[in-house]
Amino acid sequence: MRGFWATYLRELLLLKERFFRVLLSFSINPLLFILAFGLGLGKDITISGRSYLEFLVPGLVAGSSMLQAFAINVEINVARFYLKVFEEFQSSPISPAGYVLGEVFSGITRAFISTLLILTIAHIVGDIDLKIDPLFFLITFLNAFIFASLGVASAMTIKTHADQTLITNFIITPMMFLGGTFFPIENLPEFLQPLIKFLPLTIVAQSLRELSWGYTINYEPIFILLILSVIAYMIAIYTVKRAKD
Amino acid sequence: MSEIALEVRNLTKIYSNTPALKGISFTVKKGELFSLLGPNGAGKTTTLRIITSLTKASGGTVLVFGKSLNEDEKIVKRRIGFVPQHINLDMELTVRENLLIHGLLYGMPLREIKKRTEELLEIAELKERGNSKVKELSGGLKRRLLIIRALMHSPALLLLDEPTVGLDPHIRRKIWGLIKQIQNSGTTILLTTHYMDEAELLSDRVAFIISGEIIAQDSPLNFIKKLGEYALDIFTDTGISTHYFKNKEDAEKALQTHTTYSNHVTLRKVTLEDIFVKLTERHL
Ligand SMILES: Nc1ncnc2c1ncn2[C@@H]1O[C@H](COP(=O)(O)OP(=O)(O)O)[C@@H](O)[C@H]1O
Ligand SMILES: [Mg+2]
Repeated sequence: MRGFWATYLRELLLLKERFFRVLLSFSINPLLFILAFGLGLGKDITISGRSYLEFLVPGLVAGSSMLQAFAINVEINVARFYLKVFEEFQSSPISPAGYVLGEVFSGITRAFISTLLILTIAHIVGDIDLKIDPLFFLITFLNAFIFASLGVASAMTIKTHADQTLITNFIITPMMFLGGTFFPIENLPEFLQPLIKFLPLTIVAQSLRELSWGYTINYEPIFILLILSVIAYMIAIYTVKRAKD
Repeated sequence: MSEIALEVRNLTKIYSNTPALKGISFTVKKGELFSLLGPNGAGKTTTLRIITSLTKASGGTVLVFGKSLNEDEKIVKRRIGFVPQHINLDMELTVRENLLIHGLLYGMPLREIKKRTEELLEIAELKERGNSKVKELSGGLKRRLLIIRALMHSPALLLLDEPTVGLDPHIRRKIWGLIKQIQNSGTTILLTTHYMDEAELLSDRVAFIISGEIIAQDSPLNFIKKLGEYALDIFTDTGISTHYFKNKEDAEKALQTHTTYSNHVTLRKVTLEDIFVKLTERHL
């Protein structure tokens, strides 16, 4: 795992450098969603006997932690194409596994910052308190692990920054909107449901919702997320090894 | 065998059908400063990028202190320090943070990183700027930081890719001093440059590289001795014709003869540039 600390510490130092900007930019989207959909649009809506806000917030945690974890690809692109610091890493005696793990943990860190911000905003603005237990954080952790790994993999595979925007627009954004974040997936057309049901984000959103409403979940979703984490991590390592000219 | 730091044999590199290296060979002895001297596009950076595992060779072998690049990649990487042509520092981080990350990449213990950082900041006269962000440094200071970053893990072989390109004369001199100091502390150096004066001033041996081929290699002094140490430039209507002389008396005699016919004659010492011009007119 040589290279983990160098990679993770570098990202933490960069994060520290822009900490307040990061807090602001991480807060604005959830705040808007909570105000516009949770309070504005969803004021009189209840789903499964809960207020829409209580439905929305766990979904937002799932969606935002996915987005923020995946967004490490932006930092990696800057390091690779603009600063070329990535070459300093490539020519050093580190292992790809250690490098990927360092980047993934920086993604997880960002995801947790985002999660805590959402829960705080929901508490202050929406006046709701969800039940948060260790399993809630474990699932958020795995969610971030998967998408940070995919963030690394996409950053290693693309050739230009424009490709990156394409991937985000065609994969991440649709998932954000359709993956059980904003509405129950049962409302979608029948033929889409099998596909949507097995998206990692759907699994995460539903599990977080059940946990935060005080229900227990079985171990199946955790098991699936674990397997997806391992697969995503392996893919990321493979793409790092291949990123040579 | 143990006297050789770097051995490059028949190295080739083909970038999508265009050959960048056409089978170059050279060896760098321990403690030596060896230069690859050649114009832009000659293949200098490609050679260094292969040695640092940033680029895959198409053919040939590279041995670093007897270890093969492919078989002992991590061991080889640990013994090499690489200073790239383009400054690739973390601009948003401080000078010390840049050095810290490098130390961690090479598995150095924290205590050692601290000690080495202060040592190197001292050498590069960067101590007062240790906590400045890199983006606030001048070009010359960034270049010096780039060099000492590569020295953090005390590599036995330092690769310098055009270390003074684009710097003003005073700063170039400072960098030259630093490079010589590094060599004197026992580090073997492979340097690339397209500046003839730089290669002549710094190198123990020089290889001329053009279009992916090494056309000659020797010490600057031997090159110059072979051609003759004195050059007489005679300016004519069609250009300059230069004559070379092994001893000063002959050169001065010729100078007198030519001065009677023409006013535009100068006598000077031969430089590597003369060697380059001679070699390439034969090769073109
Ligand atoms: N990544 C690359 N893809 C294609 N061609 C390249 C690449 N890098 C270098 N070249 C070509 O290889 C040749 C040698 O380049 P380089 O090693 O950078 O030369 P130098 O460092 O001596 O200026 C040049 O013709 C250059 O255009
Ligand atoms: Mg070059």
